Amino acid sequence: MDGEPWKVGTRRDLLSLIGSVSGSAAMYHAMTSLGFASDSPYKGPVKLEGDPKGASVLVLGAGLAGMTAALELRKAGYNVRVLEFNNRPGGRNWTLRGGDSYTELGGPRQNCEFEQGLYFNPGPWRIPYHHRAVLDYCKRLGVALEPFIQLNHNAYLHASDAFGGAPQRVRDIKTDLQGHVSELLAKATQQGRLDEALSQEDREILLEALRSWGALDANYAYKANFVSGSYRGFVRAPGGGLDAAPVPGEPVDLSEILKSRVWRYLQNFALYTFQTTMFQPVGGMDMIGKAFSKEIGDLIRYQAKVTRIQQDDRGVTVTYTDLKSPPAALQATADWCVCTIPLSILSQIPIDVGRPMKAAIDAVPYSPSVKVGLQFKRRFWEEDEAIYGGISYTDLPIRQIAYPNSGFNRAGRGILLGAYLNNNPNAYEFASMEPAERIARTVEFGARLHPQYRTEFENGIAVAWHRVPFTLGCAGSWTEQARAQHYDNLCQIDGRIVLAGEHASYIPAWQEGAILSALDAITRLHDRIVKR
Amino acid sequence: MRAAIAIAATMSAALQLLSFGANAQSPGLSASTQTMSSGPKFIERSGEDLFANACQGCHMGDGKGATGAGAYPSLARNGNLESAGYPITVVLNGQRAMPAFGSMMSDDQVADVVNYVRTHFGNRYQDAVIAEDVRAARR
Repeated sequence: MDGEPWKVGTRRDLLSLIGSVSGSAAMYHAMTSLGFASDSPYKGPVKLEGDPKGASVLVLGAGLAGMTAALELRKAGYNVRVLEFNNRPGGRNWTLRGGDSYTELGGPRQNCEFEQGLYFNPGPWRIPYHHRAVLDYCKRLGVALEPFIQLNHNAYLHASDAFGGAPQRVRDIKTDLQGHVSELLAKATQQGRLDEALSQEDREILLEALRSWGALDANYAYKANFVSGSYRGFVRAPGGGLDAAPVPGEPVDLSEILKSRVWRYLQNFALYTFQTTMFQPVGGMDMIGKAFSKEIGDLIRYQAKVTRIQQDDRGVTVTYTDLKSPPAALQATADWCVCTIPLSILSQIPIDVGRPMKAAIDAVPYSPSVKVGLQFKRRFWEEDEAIYGGISYTDLPIRQIAYPNSGFNRAGRGILLGAYLNNNPNAYEFASMEPAERIARTVEFGARLHPQYRTEFENGIAVAWHRVPFTLGCAGSWTEQARAQHYDNLCQIDGRIVLAGEHASYIPAWQEGAILSALDAITRLHDRIVKR
Repeated sequence: MRAAIAIAATMSAALQLLSFGANAQSPGLSASTQTMSSGPKFIERSGEDLFANACQGCHMGDGKGATGAGAYPSLARNGNLESAGYPITVVLNGQRAMPAFGSMMSDDQVADVVNYVRTHFGNRYQDAVIAEDVRAARR
């Protein structure tokens, strides 16, 4: 590189440039926007070798981070106990079904009235194929998986102020954008405008590639014909017998597509984190939490609210309230502590750690997020609109409508994710509403994509994460600056205490982050313990 | 302990709220505005509307906060609000788990919501802040 002008030719060059100039946190964020994020370094089951000689560990929190720590530490020979605020395992790994009742902060209780067999995941709902740790624990613990459909070409992209308010099929927007762009690029190539950028051989191949990728005809044009029709479908589908010839539809005008901005949503199908194949546990995301608790449930004390965490050179003492019989303060002691309490809560708990770690605990805001599950009398999205699984996107406050990825083609009721608001003013607005109003608004907005809502809607349940009593927010919201200043301090072992959880990871708000952080924390902790 | 309000969201309740022009009145809580924000900034203008849409989710309709595994602090009769600079800073920059709202609100909006909180929920601080005070506080 010496003496040569710096050429940013590849994405790796660009990332290195960003990294060397602004530090690794900046590089990570550049990677995020370039779609690299969420790479998992899981290398297989953790091996904690060496004899802990009966040392005891208190794990705070029975979410996936806590239960991973408890499972592996017990396997390694530790004496493990877990304290958990809820009366169930899993934390944010959570599924709601008919008969469940959920009371949010501020009091409103919702009774889920879903039909038996139907469910809704108010927290994590999908697993990327490269989240190897989550997938490995599913395998080891016997959690059956099925595909989670992220891209459904027949789902909708909707813009309130475009196309007369009519939702557009993903297939049409995707194909037409590719087609128009390919036609423009083919024209530019043929007019000699790429002569300096590409060799003649490459230009010829490019034209072939554009024809294939962009559904161009023999003249490199993108028009309503059987070529484009074979990609975007037909306004009159091919049939059988007489008068059955298909009729291709007119592509959507490029200017209209561009101005509508619905092309933004295509990122949801392209980003590494959302690429096929994605997974969901059969029967609900909480199957993972339940599987963990089958192994280590006997170690968990439920309905324990931690109020103080102390340590000295002899051990850790955690003060907690038994929510079944408040307000008496109880204490649990152990040699070591793995604390997975979300920072939204931990920042309010007196904890004996050094100032750098305390400053880190205090440095992370928690993001707003709202999910609303709706039950409908029939699976009208399949019956009327041939949408089987997948997600529609809209600029309405609900942002997404997600269709169930199981029970396809069945008669009877079905559940839609009617709204998924995340990290914007609408999320706060929804959190500020009573649950009934959240649900009503979700139905009102969703009806603009699916008028059938008005006749088929039956009931719903709405989870606003800032109102969730056991997290006080959705997930830790790190900034570049905060990571650079605080992240490493957060992850240190402070005396006898180490933290873990999605907040102590570079995969925030993903279960993979929670599990990987727990594995890293207990590996380092165990190493320190056996070397004493 | 607040009495739990069991709400079964039946179709009729939803349809009631769907009728055009109906304001969603919730017992004991301020009504949220009909128009929702449509971008990265809050659309609400008055301190009351901003509180009802941005703050109420955590601090609750009566400003008294709530307690679960952790707590949202009460803003009611809160001595920390005496010095207006403090709530301005907290709203702009966040604090611990509370997110920063500075990028989601204009100087006017921050001033209005701070003034609202300081004159409601049993608070009676009369020294109103203006947009310029907020602008000066932004780093």
